[in-house]
Amino acid sequence: MSVTLLIEQLLNGVQLGTMLFLMASGLTLIFGVMGLINLAHGSFYMVGAYATAAVTASTGSFLIGLGAGITAAALVGALVELLVIRRLYHRPHLDQVLATFALILIFSEGTRWIFGSSPLWLSPPSWLTGFVTLPGGTRYPLYRLMLIGVGVSISIALYLLISRTRLGMRIRAGESDREMIGALGVNIARLYTVVFALGAALAGLAGALVGALQSVQVGMGEPVLILAFVVIVIGGIGSIKGALFGALLVGVVDTLGRVYLPIFFRAFMPPSEATGTGAALAAMLIYILMAVILAFKPKGLFSAHD
Amino acid sequence: MKNMTRLGLGLLLSSSVAMAQAENVKIGMITTLSGGGSHLGVDVRDGFMLAMEQSGQDEVEVLIQDDANRPDLARSLANEFMQRDDVDILTGIIWSNLAMAVVPSVTRQGTFYLSPNAGPSDLAGRMCHENYFNVAYQNDNLHGAMGAYMREEGYERPIIMAPNYPAGTDALAGFKHLYEGDVVDELYTQMGQTDYAAEIAQIRASDADSLFFFLPGGMGISFMKQWESSGVDIPIFGAAFSFDEILIKAVGSAAIGARNTSLWAYDLDNETNHRFVDSFREAYGRTPTLYAAQGFDTANLILSALEVAHPDDQDAFREALRAADFDSVRGEFRFGPNHHPIQDIYVREVVEGDDGQPTNRLLGIAIEDIQDVYFEQCQM
Amino acid sequence: MTNYTPVSKKTPMPSQGTAEVAPATQVDSHFGRKGIVQMILLGLLLLLPIAAYFLGHLYYVNLASRITIIAMAAVGLNLAIGYGGMVSFGHAAYFGLGGYIAGISAYHAFDMTPFMTWPFNVPGSDSLLVVWLAAIVLCGLLALAIGAISLRTTGVYFIMITLAFAQMIYYFANSWPTYGGEDGLPIYLRNSLPIVDTTNALTYFLICFTGLVLAMAITSRLMKSRFGAALTMARLNDVRLATAGISPYPIRLVAFVISAAITGLAGALYADLNGFISPTMLSWHFSGELMVIVILGGVGRLYGPLAGAILFVMMEMLLGGITEYWQLFLGLVLLGVVLFAKHGVMGWLAGRERNE
Repeated sequence: MSVTLLIEQLLNGVQLGTMLFLMASGLTLIFGVMGLINLAHGSFYMVGAYATAAVTASTGSFLIGLGAGITAAALVGALVELLVIRRLYHRPHLDQVLATFALILIFSEGTRWIFGSSPLWLSPPSWLTGFVTLPGGTRYPLYRLMLIGVGVSISIALYLLISRTRLGMRIRAGESDREMIGALGVNIARLYTVVFALGAALAGLAGALVGALQSVQVGMGEPVLILAFVVIVIGGIGSIKGALFGALLVGVVDTLGRVYLPIFFRAFMPPSEATGTGAALAAMLIYILMAVILAFKPKGLFSAHD
Repeated sequence: MKNMTRLGLGLLLSSSVAMAQAENVKIGMITTLSGGGSHLGVDVRDGFMLAMEQSGQDEVEVLIQDDANRPDLARSLANEFMQRDDVDILTGIIWSNLAMAVVPSVTRQGTFYLSPNAGPSDLAGRMCHENYFNVAYQNDNLHGAMGAYMREEGYERPIIMAPNYPAGTDALAGFKHLYEGDVVDELYTQMGQTDYAAEIAQIRASDADSLFFFLPGGMGISFMKQWESSGVDIPIFGAAFSFDEILIKAVGSAAIGARNTSLWAYDLDNETNHRFVDSFREAYGRTPTLYAAQGFDTANLILSALEVAHPDDQDAFREALRAADFDSVRGEFRFGPNHHPIQDIYVREVVEGDDGQPTNRLLGIAIEDIQDVYFEQCQM
Repeated sequence: MTNYTPVSKKTPMPSQGTAEVAPATQVDSHFGRKGIVQMILLGLLLLLPIAAYFLGHLYYVNLASRITIIAMAAVGLNLAIGYGGMVSFGHAAYFGLGGYIAGISAYHAFDMTPFMTWPFNVPGSDSLLVVWLAAIVLCGLLALAIGAISLRTTGVYFIMITLAFAQMIYYFANSWPTYGGEDGLPIYLRNSLPIVDTTNALTYFLICFTGLVLAMAITSRLMKSRFGAALTMARLNDVRLATAGISPYPIRLVAFVISAAITGLAGALYADLNGFISPTMLSWHFSGELMVIVILGGVGRLYGPLAGAILFVMMEMLLGGITEYWQLFLGLVLLGVVLFAKHGVMGWLAGRERNE
């Protein structure tokens, strides 16, 4: 295995990680501030992708589509918060799991009702296709580089938002003491709606961006959702820093595992068995990683709640 | 509590209604109409129902249920159809794993099953059954045909890729069986995988001169979109499962130039097919996929056999099915000894259509009269 | 650990407010409203299939078997969630493992090949007794391993780590070719018992029914025992339990193992009912459905899982016949139940439990 290939695979891992971060940061924010476990987060990812695909197809502009995708996800998020989620804050996790599980069914089948069973078309705009040659001769798709860039920008923006703005201050206050911010005269109900919509918008952004690389279809949010949960649990639920670290860790481990495990097993097994065994183990790898981390650090690596 | 009693009464009532219509022929269709990948089920259903409508038959009743791509639900629906509704024929299942869950028990209970898609190797070989007919293909057919075609075209160093599950490993084995040469490498992806950057990098790093892949449904869409911007410049080949008319429209320009094997093409030149494609477009406003064609053929096969015998006369009806005396949209159609088709497999290329959207164009025949390799294991 | 009760320690929950613990179980009155509802539920479940069988409607007998088995799996999960406060999002793992044990055992018995030859020779078996015992023991052992790690975590972490373990097993089953991988594995002949004919639909239903009743009896017995009291205390106030000199961890672990063994046995019964196993039995969707059933019926109620299973399977069946968008309506119904019927069907039919 050459070094350039390793670098490329690392980049792939980082790129996967940054997209997972967009999903995971919203999830972890919602959990951190409202204490809500939201299985329907993958649905916002799907809403973002569908809205982007539909608007891109009718306007011809990916950027307008992207804006529409983010807006749609945020709006749907706010609506869901107002109608359903706010009744769940004082409920046990179990009720939250069930209600948001029900929301998955409603969103998936509702989307299919509106858009039909066929996957939608969505591709990167022409000015983002093609590849760039990195130092060392690695060719890397421009669009994926852009995704890494967006991921990094969003991380910085989130950091600034939370550490420098009034909204961020309230979010931090909400994470550490919920009663307190109410006493301070902050409109908690509105804060919650805003945080939920922000999380949904991040998921919608991820769905829109990744939708250009993947199949825009019903149920597309579910695999990402499970990965995002793994990410926030590894990172420590409620911690944005943990989500970033966990996302990169999961992205890199998953990517490298898929590539190098089959090769590793070929050292001492016949090729056909080795690829099968390697692929099977690669599929389990991040869950093993998660179990190991939780066995030693039951609250994740960067726990915000103790 | 009141509700429970009502539920109980409802059960008894609905079953007695079902008993009253034993005269007609009943067909139960279990297919995937909801969730991801449901466009396959929708097309099988629409193709099937189109043939039913065109026949003008009003004695045949078709009951349709959604299996949501879940084997246990499919199994339960099959029981519902057989034990409650007393259907004579079952059909409709899209996925191999669901077929494996349902078909053996259906045929064992003496009901006919006709597969409009899915042809797992076990059902063609050691678990074959006299009441099981596959009207579509054995799973290896299209992959094997592509192996033969690529060898014929002079590709010497293909790299091949499929998800790590039985249909995936079977696909690669089927390809290699008729390709006969050595492949550069075999890549196994995960079921439902959405990011293929790692595999694309491996393909680029290899010295392959061509890529053959089997990534059905959404997996294929994701892969091709990512392939387009990767800058890897070798031709790609696959089976129709990644290149039906609906999927390639979702892939867009990335699919252009890909070649794929199929047992049917909408521009296949025969009278039945012209009529089928025209009437399907008229009825549903879209170009049919191979799944619609398979559903259409399945219905017509059933109708042709019903003219000879009622399914209650099992032997006569089975003989009539085996004769396959119907006009297939594929042109010639006949069954091998294990009730799987012996058929020509075609090569299509994805091109830009008149409307600027990608579409398949028939290139020619990949292999003639292909038969699966499992029939020798089949003892009926 | 307060998995089930509070959202966060900062928002006191009503149920935590009632730390003056009322026992989770109370002496069931057979003559109260609750007792009547329970007897009717169980009676209907027993009598309707028998009637259907003698009227020749085999389908309803098998449907009743399916409901019974799913109810039994939910009884197992209810022990963990409802009584133990351990919100497991991975009980599909035990259901699936139980199923695979039945399937693999039958596969080797049919093929006359040994399951393994090293370190001991383990042949396949088509005896249900062997299969059931193996399912109980192996699912218990798996839960022991998973529980030992998972119970170190609490709250959402517990939900997620149980999910992660189940996913691990799901992916393993999906890509392990020996037993069919994603295609699953058919069971050609239903595993058998001495004397009775298990291929008879009614017989098999009665076996399942017995299993369900036993599982409910065990749960009920367990919760009335000192162990049950300790488990309830661990759920409601583990600090107090600890001050009483009892460590909550082993109590929870034992309850988790028993819960998994019940669900695993249900999985084995399900595999033989369907004559088929596949990784979908292990998927997180199934874990979610089991939770849905427990909540639908009423969390921590002895008859809740049964009521939930009846309702869920019926909805699945009836809605499925009406529209291809049935899952949309299923979602709406579930949402309505969570939002407006907090105590599940049993809460609505039979009134609240005293400690709610």
